[in-house]
Amino acid sequence: MANKTQEDYLVINGRRFRSRLMVGTGKFSSPQVMMEAIEASGAEIVTVALRRVELNNPEDDLLKYIDTEKYLLLPNTSGARDAQEAVRLARLTRAAGCEPWVKLEVTPDPYYLLPDPVETLKAAEILVKDGFTVLPYINADPVLAKRLQDIGTATVMPLGAPIGTNRGIRTKEQIEIIIEQATVPVVVDAGLGAPSHAAEAMEMGADAVLVNTALAVTPNPKLMAGAFKKAVEAGREAFLAGIPEKSLKAQASSPLTGFLRE
Amino acid sequence: MSFLEVIKEFHPKDVAQAIEAKGPEDVEHALGAKRLSLDDFMALLSPCAEAYLEEMAQKAHAITVKRFGKTILLYAPLYISNECSNSCSYCGFNVTNKIPRKTLTLDEIEEEAKVLHNQGFRHVLLLTGEAPSRCGLDYIEAAIRRIRPLFSSIAVEIYPLDEAGYRRLINAGVDGLTVYQETYDKDLYLNLHPRGKKRDYVWRLLTPERGGRAGMRRIGIGALLGLSDFRVDGFYTGLHAMYLQKHFWRTQVTVSFPRIRPAEGGFRPLSPVTDKNLVQLICAMRLLIHDAGLVLSTRESAELRNNLLPLGITQMSAGSCTAPGGYSHKADTAGQFEIHDTRTPEDVFSYIRSRGYDPVWKDWDTAFLSK
Ligand code: SF4
Repeated sequence: MANKTQEDYLVINGRRFRSRLMVGTGKFSSPQVMMEAIEASGAEIVTVALRRVELNNPEDDLLKYIDTEKYLLLPNTSGARDAQEAVRLARLTRAAGCEPWVKLEVTPDPYYLLPDPVETLKAAEILVKDGFTVLPYINADPVLAKRLQDIGTATVMPLGAPIGTNRGIRTKEQIEIIIEQATVPVVVDAGLGAPSHAAEAMEMGADAVLVNTALAVTPNPKLMAGAFKKAVEAGREAFLAGIPEKSLKAQASSPLTGFLRE
Repeated sequence: MSFLEVIKEFHPKDVAQAIEAKGPEDVEHALGAKRLSLDDFMALLSPCAEAYLEEMAQKAHAITVKRFGKTILLYAPLYISNECSNSCSYCGFNVTNKIPRKTLTLDEIEEEAKVLHNQGFRHVLLLTGEAPSRCGLDYIEAAIRRIRPLFSSIAVEIYPLDEAGYRRLINAGVDGLTVYQETYDKDLYLNLHPRGKKRDYVWRLLTPERGGRAGMRRIGIGALLGLSDFRVDGFYTGLHAMYLQKHFWRTQVTVSFPRIRPAEGGFRPLSPVTDKNLVQLICAMRLLIHDAGLVLSTRESAELRNNLLPLGITQMSAGSCTAPGGYSHKADTAGQFEIHDTRTPEDVFSYIRSRGYDPVWKDWDTAFLSK
């Protein structure tokens, strides 16, 4: 049997990654600071908001810095308010020569940026048929996660807490159910504000986490990125080792197996 | 990915070795875990875990009560044919056995069904051997339509069909499918199934998936206990149940624990499974899958069934007869195997009550299926 500690790759749609930390590119004070943080994070998947970049312009500030040989550039559709807009954005990235991978975000609510489940499902269906590798951002809704898997998304990305809130995993019970039932990698996205939050997600059995604000808004993004890297690795290793919970001692209540000794 | 690809990762020899190697710390880890990993499951199936049976039982009981409450669903098997063209070594319907054969007419089926209905049953499991030439899909479909008014749930345990076949049955009013792999060990499987369509291991292995794709609401699986090492086949059964739960998440998975019973042909269990083994297996399965229905048939003695009641079981048959026509007439045909718990449904019902459980006749309605 495969030894769990060997070759522990994150596999998404057949592609293998060593790192289980994905990072976002928003909110950094400068592209240089961003790049230092990304490097320190060890991430191999970097998500970029399409509405922020000029895909056709190689001199675009963000794109210029990200080495696409080294990183998988994962365009996201943030800003899309419905399925149609998200699909249009995704197709644009492909037309501009990006790989057909997309982080699907449909967030009509401009305040908490909470994902719209109905439109997300619709868009995912179209994009999967279109040949995209779709990584949908969702609320921590187990049934929605199942339905997305059924139509062929490559991951599901439930939120731990609303984007940018740094509140940690407030949807723990639901994410546990999603992890338990998943047939694709589960990436905990949004809300992770501290390395301990990321470690917790990994200890729960998440396959990866995505972090942005927590890195971008500290005075020392590079240091924080390194801390997240270690936290993700530590959480993963603890999960693989198997975290012991309180052992259940037989209660003094009437024995259930006494008849076997009769 | 089909279950065939999953199971390829686990060779029976490696599984047996890994289970054998588990020690007390592995078992204790598994007992403490909120959700079991496959390693934890192996630990609970290991010889070492026998020292922890009471802890396992207490936990299995607590989980079951939490997920199912104190209810036991009652069902009855209805054999409509004992014709079979296969030669499974352990089965009384084996084609080489010289037994009286019978396939009930639709009227006879209805007569049987009425007896069960009058006893209180609303869940029925329709069974046949594997003789499509004499007991074809048209016939089975007609049987279902005939008895549909009498039952709220009809499941089938018949020869494996393709997806379209299951869709037809669902349209006719079936909501559940039961199919046992007998043993997951392919070499042993080929030995025990020397001839006939059932020899096709893969076709059988992938049957639950075809049922799931067709939209079955409930799918029951199991290994026939006594063929191979119960620990290894138990592991595969758990693996299979988890696979089905994950991939057909709208379907309720149930697991049965049939132990080999005396039958025409005189087959003796190759790897006997003791009562203690059975308890360990049931508890380990419950700890692995909190929400699966666990099914116990009248193959077991009344006394043992009474004792197994609080250990994780959620469904029981009662008053069963394994010969076609046996409910309405003293059977002049042969049964598939001897049943052990010969109490009437009424007796089983009141026993369950006396233990503080609620025996349930109906937890499904065919109205869900009507077009
Ligand atoms: S187990 Fe089924 S297929 Fe095999 S001989 Fe018996 S009835 Fe026929």
